[in-house]
Amino acid sequence: MKIKGPRSRSTAALLPKCPTGIQGLDEITGGGLPRGRPTLVCGGAGCGKTLLATEFLVRGATQFNEPGVLMAFEETEAELKANVSSLGFDLGGLVRRKRIVVDHVHIEPGEVQESGEYDLEGLFVRLNHAIDSIGAKRVVLDTLEALFAGLRNESILRAELRRLFRWLKVKGVTAVITAERGREQLTRHGLEEYVSDCVILLDHRINDQIATRHLRVVKYRGALHGTNEFPFLIGAEGLSVLPITSLALNHEVSSKRIATGIPRLDAMLGGKGFFRGSSILLTGTPGTGKTIVAANLAQAAARRGERVLFFSFEESPNQIIRNMHSIGLRLEPLVEDGLLRFHSARPSLYGLEMHLSTMFKDIAEFQPAVVILDPITSLMDAGTASEGSGMVTRLIDYLKARQVTTLFTSLTEGGGAPQQTEAAMSSLMDSWLLLQDFEGNGERNRVLYVLKARGMSHSNQMREFLISDRGVDLVDAYIGPSGVLTGSARAAQTAREKAEALASQQEAARRKRELQRTRAALERQISGLRSEHEAGAEELRRIDEQVGTQTRLLTTERTELGRLRQADVSVPVGGENGSGNGRGNGSRNGRDHG
Amino acid sequence: MKSKTVKRAPGSRRQPAKLWQLRLYVMDQTPKSLTAFSNLKKVCESHLKGRYRITVIDLMKQPQLAKGDQILAIPTVVRRLPSPVRTIIGNLSDIDRVLVGLDLRIN
Repeated sequence: MKIKGPRSRSTAALLPKCPTGIQGLDEITGGGLPRGRPTLVCGGAGCGKTLLATEFLVRGATQFNEPGVLMAFEETEAELKANVSSLGFDLGGLVRRKRIVVDHVHIEPGEVQESGEYDLEGLFVRLNHAIDSIGAKRVVLDTLEALFAGLRNESILRAELRRLFRWLKVKGVTAVITAERGREQLTRHGLEEYVSDCVILLDHRINDQIATRHLRVVKYRGALHGTNEFPFLIGAEGLSVLPITSLALNHEVSSKRIATGIPRLDAMLGGKGFFRGSSILLTGTPGTGKTIVAANLAQAAARRGERVLFFSFEESPNQIIRNMHSIGLRLEPLVEDGLLRFHSARPSLYGLEMHLSTMFKDIAEFQPAVVILDPITSLMDAGTASEGSGMVTRLIDYLKARQVTTLFTSLTEGGGAPQQTEAAMSSLMDSWLLLQDFEGNGERNRVLYVLKARGMSHSNQMREFLISDRGVDLVDAYIGPSGVLTGSARAAQTAREKAEALASQQEAARRKRELQRTRAALERQISGLRSEHEAGAEELRRIDEQVGTQTRLLTTERTELGRLRQADVSVPVGGENGSGNGRGNGSRNGRDHG
Repeated sequence: MKSKTVKRAPGSRRQPAKLWQLRLYVMDQTPKSLTAFSNLKKVCESHLKGRYRITVIDLMKQPQLAKGDQILAIPTVVRRLPSPVRTIIGNLSDIDRVLVGLDLRIN
């Protein structure tokens, strides 16, 4: 159901529904077929009418404790049993346990002669007897139109059919009547005229060599229902209708983050990685390492003890394991521990719907925390563009509802601008990583950007994505005046920068040393001058001493001379005092002499 | 198995191989059923005098018997013998059709 308003709830209360148990059909019809009323299922040959009807009975008998009667006009009981056993329905066992009665009504056109008036009381009797014998709640008439081939008197037949449907309502059984699709009307014989409560149309179309079955609820009196065409498939467990628009946008969201297995990538995503339950698109040209990023995510999750389901549409599991071995990722122990499971299938193996159904089944069974689809683009090639995006939408809805983190890798055709389909797909995605090739300098190098990451701060920078036998790493790409440098150009640039840095370091050291040398020289000069200066001072002192001594000697000599010449010059007492007064004495003496 | 409302002509020529076994399926004593019975009897008397046997089965009383002869319409006449089995439905008011249906035209 697309819209669940208060009105639909009230009608649902008024109109009891009979759950079919068929995957998805109860969702579209808001709970099942109208209880106690007939439903018409029409469609062309081979589109699964009988199967739908039979599944309705089998599920009724096994899941809802509602025994059923299958009145088959075209196939015998043995044929029916064989046909549905391929879907795992044990019709024979149900018949033996009296949960289902199969009554084959054989009508051979032209074998019966008609003479005069009749009615179809015989059919009523048989049906009534079958219903009463097991207390059936469900009835399938497959297909009533065989009657039109067997009986010529159409006016009687039509009157009797009208009576039959009324009788079925009175009987209170939920009936499914199948009918062939007509050219201009829903059924070949206009059965929709009689069954007006619920009409379901099945269709089998081929687009681009790929056949897809579709189901549409044409009419459902007294109840809202999805009016779209829904693809459905006949899988190993019966029918499953895949409603595209049935899921409302009301998933629970988690604010928990999960690491990507590449620390530097986590750092680019606000340091913590992706949100749990988010959908991540990883686009890249061929050979840019999409699978490697995916494998890293898988390994990181599995190492945390989470289950990872890896859908591979190009490589076999063994090939992936071997290839990842070459970059140091060991996946096989994780596979052995049951944490990592691969599911490889060629996209062309079967149609998109079948792929989707298989994936749903695998996911429901394995309950993974992380799902990887590698690559989604080759899977989308299995259908038309609109089918492809419809499938991705459904897949994302399904996975988000289960809080499964999903990584879709997408192969692009190279070139700078993202493809239109990617752009359309990206709006469904929460995060978008882009891996690209950079060509130049005679080599190709990989770079990685985070184009978008809803709800988290993320780096706007380009990182070079390096793959070596030790694993992967992201390094800063060099952005120079001539653009982005990667690979050896980046290495060369780094080396050049290193050399330049070294050179300038050495230059500085050299200048420092020179200065030191100059300073040392100056120092030496200074100390030389100082010693010279000190030497001068010494000289001065010596000169002074010499002068003093000479003066004293002179005085002494003069006194001696005077004494010798018997001069009566009184000798000052100070004359014995030493050199300090020597000169004073001397000059005084000299003046005295003069 | 048979509910016997048997009408057997007193056999003047007893030829078991040529004995016609007819079953008439009816639903209660409705006018349609009664008409069918009298019409059938009329035809048999005029074409198969003394070598036919009609078994009337009332599905009202024995609904489980409807499956065996693949009965849908009421009334229905089933020619069990001679084989092959032939079926005529209706109140048998169209005698020509009855003769064609029972394959009595050739005689």
